[in-house]
Amino acid sequence: MAISFEHVSYTYQAGTPMATSAVSDVSFAVPDHGYLAIIGHTGSGKSTLIQQLNALLKPTAGEITVDNFTITPKTTNADLKPLRQHVGMVFQFPENQLFEETVRQDIAFGPKNFGMAEADANKLADAMLQTVGLDSSYAERSPFELSGGQMRRVAIAGVLAMRPKVLILDEPTAGLDPQGRQEMMTLFERLHREQGLAIVLVTHQMEDVVQYAEQVAVMRDGRLVKFGTPAEVFSSEKWLRENQLDMPQAAQVAQRLANRGLAWDALPLTADQLADQLAARWPRKGGTHV
Amino acid sequence: MENIIEVKHLTYRYQADDPRPALNDVSFTVHAGEWLAIVGHNGSGKSTLAKSLDGLLPFTTGEITVGGIQLTPETVWQVREKIGMIFQNPDNQFVGATVEDDVAFGLENRQMPRTEMLPRVKAAIARVGMSEFAQREPSSLSGGQKQRVALAGIVAIAPDVLILDEATSMLDPQGRREMLALVRELRQTQHLTVISITHDIDEATIADRVLVIDDGQLVDEAAPATIFAQGERLVELGLDLPFTEKLKAALRQRGIEPPADYQGAAEMEEWLWQSLSNT
Repeated sequence: MAISFEHVSYTYQAGTPMATSAVSDVSFAVPDHGYLAIIGHTGSGKSTLIQQLNALLKPTAGEITVDNFTITPKTTNADLKPLRQHVGMVFQFPENQLFEETVRQDIAFGPKNFGMAEADANKLADAMLQTVGLDSSYAERSPFELSGGQMRRVAIAGVLAMRPKVLILDEPTAGLDPQGRQEMMTLFERLHREQGLAIVLVTHQMEDVVQYAEQVAVMRDGRLVKFGTPAEVFSSEKWLRENQLDMPQAAQVAQRLANRGLAWDALPLTADQLADQLAARWPRKGGTHV
Repeated sequence: MENIIEVKHLTYRYQADDPRPALNDVSFTVHAGEWLAIVGHNGSGKSTLAKSLDGLLPFTTGEITVGGIQLTPETVWQVREKIGMIFQNPDNQFVGATVEDDVAFGLENRQMPRTEMLPRVKAAIARVGMSEFAQREPSSLSGGQKQRVALAGIVAIAPDVLILDEATSMLDPQGRREMLALVRELRQTQHLTVISITHDIDEATIADRVLVIDDGQLVDEAAPATIFAQGERLVELGLDLPFTEKLKAALRQRGIEPPADYQGAAEMEEWLWQSLSNT
């Protein structure tokens, strides 16, 4: 298992009268090279949950395993450097954390900080720039004269330069235009498929969940209320409504047709799945369609 | 219909020697009471346009008239009285230490007497459903609540025109829906003209009319249904495809020819149902 949570709880300001529980008794497991989406309302505990994956927050109770690393309430800060290299964290609006004079310096900052020679770090920075879809002409530019979408790519290149095996993404497409969103999600999909990175994606975009995720965790009031494949999680309209979650749009159309009497093999979750099932039962007029 | 805004041959360059103007000979009108959406991809010039309307960018070529007043350096404050703006990132627009102070700020700026101001601020905050948060620090609120406070500021000032500059793009889906519902409601009760600059297909759908900006130029102007029927071109213009258009493309790939007109979800469902029952 790449990632596992065993009875993990997190309480802010634990042991004080201000103590607030943010995550209670969460257990789940993600296989090697998995792609997990975490969904749930603002304030449901999603961000608290993922910040424990590289021990920015240490669990108040329970145990987290990430590949060969174990994080418990007793984990000390001295042990964390290799873990933080292993687990890359892309926060919301990561472009706010850019600070160097040039794009190359910004991307090379992390590796240099971890002891890499400057020349090697710069070479790595140029390679990462290419990975995120920006050509080498950007290397010498100031990150602050780039567009919002480009700045975000640079910030992500900086995380990738640490060569993480697990990538945590907290609403990575928020505030981007549709094309920028699409390009960003395709980039993560490629890293997942080609380099085997395990991905943990926190998102409100149900369309992205059904398109990319292999497993889905649903958080509510600090608890894990559902865990399974997208098909399992989106199977009940009633349950989703009770939990104030949106159904993917394909599933909404399919559900309305089901309400009129159409029986689906399995509820379609994407436009392609819906079109496949529609095509299979489409009335044939002299075999004009495949 | 009366025009609340008229824009004629507006050209704007960020640098005087810029070979590609950010806005290039843009002309259009906004009718009083209308909801106009302005769409375009990042960098197309749509935010530059919004800022020009409010006199935030000093344009050199062209003419802007708001509520019958021609925008000049002399009239810019008169014009701003007529326009309220809400930006993408609510954190960049708060000045007050509490929600109440923040909503009062715009009125203080207009030198309204305190006795008149206080009830007006309270009423505006109540109008957007934020009364229980009146004494809270704006920074402690969620994104959706912050934009509500920004809307309360608009209600207090009661401008003729509300410009939303990607004001819902940082909100979660529920926050976005709630904010749009509130703007719709305010538009009715406060007789607002709404200009929304957006990538969000649902937000564009609410509009009476959509303007498409590309590379600083106005390239299209039509009702939402006409714009949305353009399929893949929408992506180039910086909009997402409506789901019904995505489904139509997927059906075409499978040899099924759907109607060419734009269809909302209900029409699409009806067409699918009819086609499938037609065996």
